[in-house]
Amino acid sequence: MGLLRDIGAYLILMRRVFTRPEKSSVFRHQFFIEGQNLGIDSLGIVAIISVFMGAVVAIQTAFNIDSPLIPDWTVGFTTRQSVILEFSPTIISLFLAGKVGSRVASEIGTMRVTEQIDALEIMGVNSAAYLIFPKIVAAVLLNPILVIISMFLSIFGGWAATVMTGLGSSVHFIEGLQLEFSLYDVFYALTKTIVFAFLITSVSGFHGYTMKGGALEVGRASTRAVVFSSIAIIVFNLILTQILLS
Amino acid sequence: MIEVQHISKAFGDKQVLKDVSFCFEPGKTNLIIGQSGSGKTVLMKCLVGLFEVDRGGILFHDRDFSAMSFNQRKEVRKEIGMLFQGGALFDSMTVEENVIFPLTMFTNQSREEKKDRAQFCLQRVNLQDTGHLYPAEISGGMKKRVAIARAIAMNPKYLFCDEPNSGLDPKTANVIDNLIHEITHEFNITTVVNTHDMNSVLEIGDNIAFLYQGELKWTGDSGSILRTDSPEINDFVFSTELTRRLKR
Ligand SMILES: Nc1ncnc2c1ncn2[C@@H]1O[C@H](COP(=O)(O)OP(=O)(O)OP(=O)(O)O)[C@@H](O)[C@H]1O
Ligand SMILES: [Mg+2]
Repeated sequence: MGLLRDIGAYLILMRRVFTRPEKSSVFRHQFFIEGQNLGIDSLGIVAIISVFMGAVVAIQTAFNIDSPLIPDWTVGFTTRQSVILEFSPTIISLFLAGKVGSRVASEIGTMRVTEQIDALEIMGVNSAAYLIFPKIVAAVLLNPILVIISMFLSIFGGWAATVMTGLGSSVHFIEGLQLEFSLYDVFYALTKTIVFAFLITSVSGFHGYTMKGGALEVGRASTRAVVFSSIAIIVFNLILTQILLS
Repeated sequence: MIEVQHISKAFGDKQVLKDVSFCFEPGKTNLIIGQSGSGKTVLMKCLVGLFEVDRGGILFHDRDFSAMSFNQRKEVRKEIGMLFQGGALFDSMTVEENVIFPLTMFTNQSREEKKDRAQFCLQRVNLQDTGHLYPAEISGGMKKRVAIARAIAMNPKYLFCDEPNSGLDPKTANVIDNLIHEITHEFNITTVVNTHDMNSVLEIGDNIAFLYQGELKWTGDSGSILRTDSPEINDFVFSTELTRRLKR
């Protein structure tokens, strides 16, 4: 019951979010700020996570296949497939759900508690659209770029780890990377990323915007935002995989 | 002029406002007074549409605000300025950007025009040199003054102030009160102020509504409030030593 009511409230809020911006110049300004806050600021940490993640995938694969029957290009091939299909789109999105989700919810929640949202409403500003819409647009446009960067860096990390630990040769790794490459996999990954980006910002925005109470609840709202956007990502990951890969 | 006609408001089964009718007059500082919990903030939030009333009407110069849609209300809201209890300044913007914000949102003024207007409003509240600071960098009293500057940026016809001087020292409180009073008369604004500060009541109360447990118990002005024999209001007014001495 509670969940159904929340979903209803979420949909009602989204209808307010997706109305024409009051003024395109104001929207552009907000969009650039959010692009900086939600996208550019995550670049460094996404890069670090990706390199290490790719390295671990490659090393794990190399360690676990000791059979002479398995071809040498397997490490490169497996690394590429895991990174493109799951690690970059899903793990990075889950990570961003933590980083961006808590930020969005606490920022909007604080504005709720300190009556800044009421102040916007009094002026006649559609506060839901003003606050949440630029965040959604920024994430939907920038997360795919972050994920593409993550794919390259993860594969680089995998290659570097394989070569440096002597678990495989550069030539074989690269051979594996090039084997049966399908652009559809990238399309699938980016579609997921875009859906996840929408879920992260809209779900977190919802939890911040609709919170009640004081400063203590802001912390709770941001925890809830992270939990619910992560769950939404996991559920939609399953749904989208069913739809896109079957 | 804002006319309140028989409005009621409940939260769950708790009746907060009971059949309140009152007329807030233009060019005057209209006060809503009453004890903590008597429903002042709720009444004010009903007036500006942050809460919907259960019954009754709210008329802004004969326009029935309570019956309007969000988009219709927008037009009225452009004529409204509001000062929140905590200031409600936008943390992510400087003082000047806060004052400019409504102008950016609702006018097509050039950058220079907006800056001039912001400077004028900040000057009016004696804060011309703080434009570059962020809300976190100024004091509570200054925040309230910035909030006043932001509220008057659009030349409002109606100004709402929720406890403008709570949490301030008596002198600063007085400065804020007088500022609101002067602006009201200067620009012929219909001003509504929530307060439980007797000092404000006596200094700036042109037209006073006394709320008691959600009911309108008394109306009058700063001159007549000391001479009424309503027991509830006497209890409220003469609750401090200072006012009791005043009576003697
Ligand atoms: N959002 C709300 N939900 C439920 N009850 C509320 C809500 N807001 C106010 N109330 C109740 O309405 C009553 C009046 O509250 P209100 O905030 O108007 O008091 P007030 O006169 O402004 O007091 P103060 O001087 O302390 O600010 C209180 O009993 C409060 O519990
Ligand atoms: Mg109050």
